[in-house]
Amino acid sequence: MVTLVEDIANPESAEASSVKLQVRNLAIRYGSTTAISGINLEVRENEIFGIIGPANAGKTSFLKTLNRMNDFSSDMSVDGDIMFEGTNIRDVRNVYALRNRIGVVFPLPVGLPLTIYENVAFVPRLRGISEKAELDVIVERCLTRSALWDEVKDRLDSLGSLLSGGQQQRLTIARALSQEPELLMLDEFSIAVDPVTTMRIEDVLKELKQEMTIILVTNLVQQARRLADRTAFFLEGQCVEIGTTEDLFTGKVKDSRTTDYIEGRFG
Amino acid sequence: MDNTNVVDNQFLETKLNISAKRTETLFRILFMIMAALLILPVLIILTTLVVKGGSMLSWDFLFSDPVNGMTEGGIFPALLGTVWLVGVALIISVPVGVAAALYLSEYAPDNWFTRAINLAIINLAGVPSIVHALFGVGAFVIFFGFGTSILAASMTLAVMTLPVVIVATRESLQAVPQAFREACWNMGATRWQTIRRVILPNSVSGILTGVILEVSRTTGETAPIMFTGAAFFIPVLPESVFDQTMALSLHLFVVSTQVPHVPEALPYGVALVLIMMVLLMNSASIALRMHLRGKKKW
Repeated sequence: MVTLVEDIANPESAEASSVKLQVRNLAIRYGSTTAISGINLEVRENEIFGIIGPANAGKTSFLKTLNRMNDFSSDMSVDGDIMFEGTNIRDVRNVYALRNRIGVVFPLPVGLPLTIYENVAFVPRLRGISEKAELDVIVERCLTRSALWDEVKDRLDSLGSLLSGGQQQRLTIARALSQEPELLMLDEFSIAVDPVTTMRIEDVLKELKQEMTIILVTNLVQQARRLADRTAFFLEGQCVEIGTTEDLFTGKVKDSRTTDYIEGRFG
Repeated sequence: MDNTNVVDNQFLETKLNISAKRTETLFRILFMIMAALLILPVLIILTTLVVKGGSMLSWDFLFSDPVNGMTEGGIFPALLGTVWLVGVALIISVPVGVAAALYLSEYAPDNWFTRAINLAIINLAGVPSIVHALFGVGAFVIFFGFGTSILAASMTLAVMTLPVVIVATRESLQAVPQAFREACWNMGATRWQTIRRVILPNSVSGILTGVILEVSRTTGETAPIMFTGAAFFIPVLPESVFDQTMALSLHLFVVSTQVPHVPEALPYGVALVLIMMVLLMNSASIALRMHLRGKKKW
């Protein structure tokens, strides 16, 4: 697989932009088990922020707290502060609006048991858009941007949940885009997706970066290398290292475990 | 030829094999006989009813009034009364039951309150129908002052069948994968928006199946209605929910045991109509379930 140099991190532009999300001293516990602790990091506007690390590093728990999905898990307790555009998300009264501004893509694609069209029109409808013409435009735009339009444009009325894995994953991305999110979080999106589709989605993400901030959790180290501007390395609930992807992958690391993981010596 | 011999040699049966195989056959047949025995009572009941009561069946029997001290004529008031009782019971129990199931399945946190509700449902399902009847007399007939009426009887039936509706509804709600809910919540949908747009449309057939099963059970109940609203004999048809009514199940009890000189075929005819109503409901619920299985969306 050829990786173009241009596709790798572009640190200059990242440094210039402002902070989208700031996490201070975050700790997550399930009952008496600590999932993550002492996480401090910043995600900047219009960057792709990669998070790599082996299983049980706390990556998914971390994402869950960013849009307050932890509210649904009574056994999950969260300490520390998460500032979304300067507002502590714990103080957000309208948590639905917060979640609406953050798009999420799961490891296993979840096509809702609705038609392809209605999957993408779901959020716009919740926002009160009922005009068919207006919805048509949104659906076509989102499906086009997620590189799925050409495959499904003739069968928008068939069930989204019956598409193939790779198609469903692009459908969930289209659905997330229909939220017009400021932040898009992807949790190991390529787990159930074939390599060709993965590359197509990666191209989509590079495009989307112009308009939104992206957090990319991945256990494919090379995927972070291809896409992320900066990358954090999580291990056993700790954030071991954060740096520009270029630094991390060229050995300019503070902790030798980072290089060990990246080069495949463990994990 | 040689080849097959080699294979046979490899799979020679030992004594142990043979005895294991025999035991296997024995148990399979034993279990099958037990399962097949289930068909017997159904067959016997149906054939008896058809043979002894089939001659009674006619439009006239269904749609005319009983005459001569219920020893002749039809069963129309009882048939209509059963429709009234079941209909009103449904109007009460379905909204309450579905709402309760939605709460338990979609909203309830795992705490003492939820556990108390679940315990109440289990216990409510275990209360004998005659106890429900006495509860109905105390609560609806006397305390709420509905008197012996369709309303009091239907409310008693509704209380009694609530667990059926709740359990069936909750099961069909929970058959919808959790991932769908989480996907919706992640997009900023409230629980209600999720229920209305994704959960309910995909569980409505299951809920309907439960409701139909409730109808078929309610149709045959006798004890809960005999003190609360169903009458031995009334010459007039009910005009509102505050009237008393005759009912098919009680009518069967009356003509089989309480009235002298009833021709033998009459009670069998009544029973046949009753069981046909129930079987019809059950078939509808089976048809619905098969339809649901065919339209699986994930």
